[in-house]
Amino acid sequence: MNTQTAPLLSARGLTKHFAIKGGIFAREVHRIHAVDGVSFDIAAGETLGLVGESGCGKSTTGRCILRLIEPSSGEVWFQGRDVTKLDADALRGLRRDMQIIFQDPFASLNPRHTVGGIIGEALIIHGLSRTRAELDDRVVQLLETVGLQPDHRHRFPHEFSGGQRQRIGIARALAVEPKLIICDEPVSALDVSIQAQVINLLEDLQEKFGLTYLFIAHDLSVVEHISDRVAVMYLGRVVEIAPSRELYDNPRHPYTEALLSAVPIPDPLVKRKRIVLQGDVPNPIRPPTGCRFHTRCPIAEARCSQEVPELEQSSDGHWVACHLRR
Amino acid sequence: MTEALLEIKDLKTWFKTDDGMVRAVDGVSMTIARGETLAVVGESGCGKTVTARSVLKLIDMPPGRFEAGQIVWRGRDLIPLPAADMDKIRAREIAMVFQEPMTSLNPVYTVGDQIAESLRTHHGLSRKESIDGAVEMLKLVQIPNAERRVHDYPHQFSGGMRQRVVIAIALACKPQLLIADEPTTALDVTIQAQILELLGDMKAKFGMAIMLITHAMGVVAENAQRVVVMYAGKVVEEAPVEELFGNPRHPYTQGLIRSIPRVDARTRGHARLEQIPGTVPSLLNPPAGCRFANRCRFATDPCRDSEPPLRQVAPNHKVACIL
Repeated sequence: MNTQTAPLLSARGLTKHFAIKGGIFAREVHRIHAVDGVSFDIAAGETLGLVGESGCGKSTTGRCILRLIEPSSGEVWFQGRDVTKLDADALRGLRRDMQIIFQDPFASLNPRHTVGGIIGEALIIHGLSRTRAELDDRVVQLLETVGLQPDHRHRFPHEFSGGQRQRIGIARALAVEPKLIICDEPVSALDVSIQAQVINLLEDLQEKFGLTYLFIAHDLSVVEHISDRVAVMYLGRVVEIAPSRELYDNPRHPYTEALLSAVPIPDPLVKRKRIVLQGDVPNPIRPPTGCRFHTRCPIAEARCSQEVPELEQSSDGHWVACHLRR
Repeated sequence: MTEALLEIKDLKTWFKTDDGMVRAVDGVSMTIARGETLAVVGESGCGKTVTARSVLKLIDMPPGRFEAGQIVWRGRDLIPLPAADMDKIRAREIAMVFQEPMTSLNPVYTVGDQIAESLRTHHGLSRKESIDGAVEMLKLVQIPNAERRVHDYPHQFSGGMRQRVVIAIALACKPQLLIADEPTTALDVTIQAQILELLGDMKAKFGMAIMLITHAMGVVAENAQRVVVMYAGKVVEEAPVEELFGNPRHPYTQGLIRSIPRVDARTRGHARLEQIPGTVPSLLNPPAGCRFANRCRFATDPCRDSEPPLRQVAPNHKVACIL
């Protein structure tokens, strides 16, 4: 999956297994295959969407990239360095270039700090502001960038609505002038009218600062709207990657197809054929052999339960992991 | 429209708090006909859930209280009804499905016991009969191996399966009205599709009316016949579903419809989403006049002075906007 220019970020075979321990010696009794050999590239200035249902490993993937969760194996190349090999000091430096916006604007801001303190903390840690006045100026500037008032810096998070809190989270991420922002479900907790405000803000900021986004969400319509390319995950694996428009017009993987058809369309005149998948997502402790989707796949054949399909390019920039659809 | 099954007239459900009176539902009227699906749509805090809970009188009083209005169920006002009579209506005539399938089931009873309880209380069945009835209900909501799963506890089911169990409990007494409060919000899209399909099947089978409370316009468009849009404790628009999406009249409804990104062709390319500026006003001291005025692009002085009444603009189409 080579893009023309060198990608800003490349994940190669990224894997995270969580051990579940039990018994008196805390032996490992189970192993959850949360992320299993995920590879993708993100070009500078691009937005890559990462979609999938709960438990498919999309958030774990995002966190492994930042090493907020230590990956079990695999490589993450960012600006020529393998993030997974960096020591604590180098990692801290790297975090200036990679930031994250969390889903829950209620839980991700410290309730005992003022908004100014929350946004300014990173500036102090990274030594980006030398004097108090300089720090204050920068905080004011950041608040204005995200559409908040300068005097909001003296207030506490509980005084803000969900949408405003998410703006504070964005200002905090922007403070260190990062190159890449991992947006982990940034609008899922917000009402629709507020969702649009935050999406528009993220798009404006991308244009203004040349940001690169990894946009993780379960809402396919939001991901389609904001992303240049989209990767679809199922049970810890990427099943399809394609340019956004191509993926929505021409989904190849049966899972992508079913997922798209399940999204309700806000127009009563549009009638579509819906593919309703049977059953639930299998337990990631014992993922199905072969293709992990074969237990719910409407077109599965015998070999789907034995051979693992590799992610292969089926047309320009369109990658799919399926034995039957190429 | 055929005979009204439920008629809510100028309902005001207020809550007394330390900071003052919260006017959660402030003069709401709506009707549901036999066998129809009415969607009540709006954002968090618009009063849609309080309206639904008021119908079943599931509001804690105090702090809540009915300030005014009537809830007429098949010709009888439920508000003055004594608790014992209300118990007979709940589940047997009006049932409810809640948002959180994790919290609306009792974790220490098997799902079979929970379905059977409803059958025993309301139909006076014996223990054996009620468990058989529970198995039937589980089969009806398409839970595989119903005979075996009837003895399982809620934690042994996935989210989608739990919601099926909740629906089975609600439908056990064959109610005439099912109030579904955000029944799919906590579920993934593929599971949401399963549950909505199931609700549609059940409706076709039992012919009950559904009051579908949701914030998702897509779910509204695909499942409802009529829609009531609520904003800050008031009804701002009411119309048949095609009419509402084809010709929304209230600026809030228009904003709501245009602010959603869509997976189908219309919003292709990086067209900007239309956004509604600002946030929902506090219901503690709601603004005088139209409650949407401070976020509305078209608002003029008269909007801020007096409250716009809900008026008829087309057959079955009502809107609360003076413009």
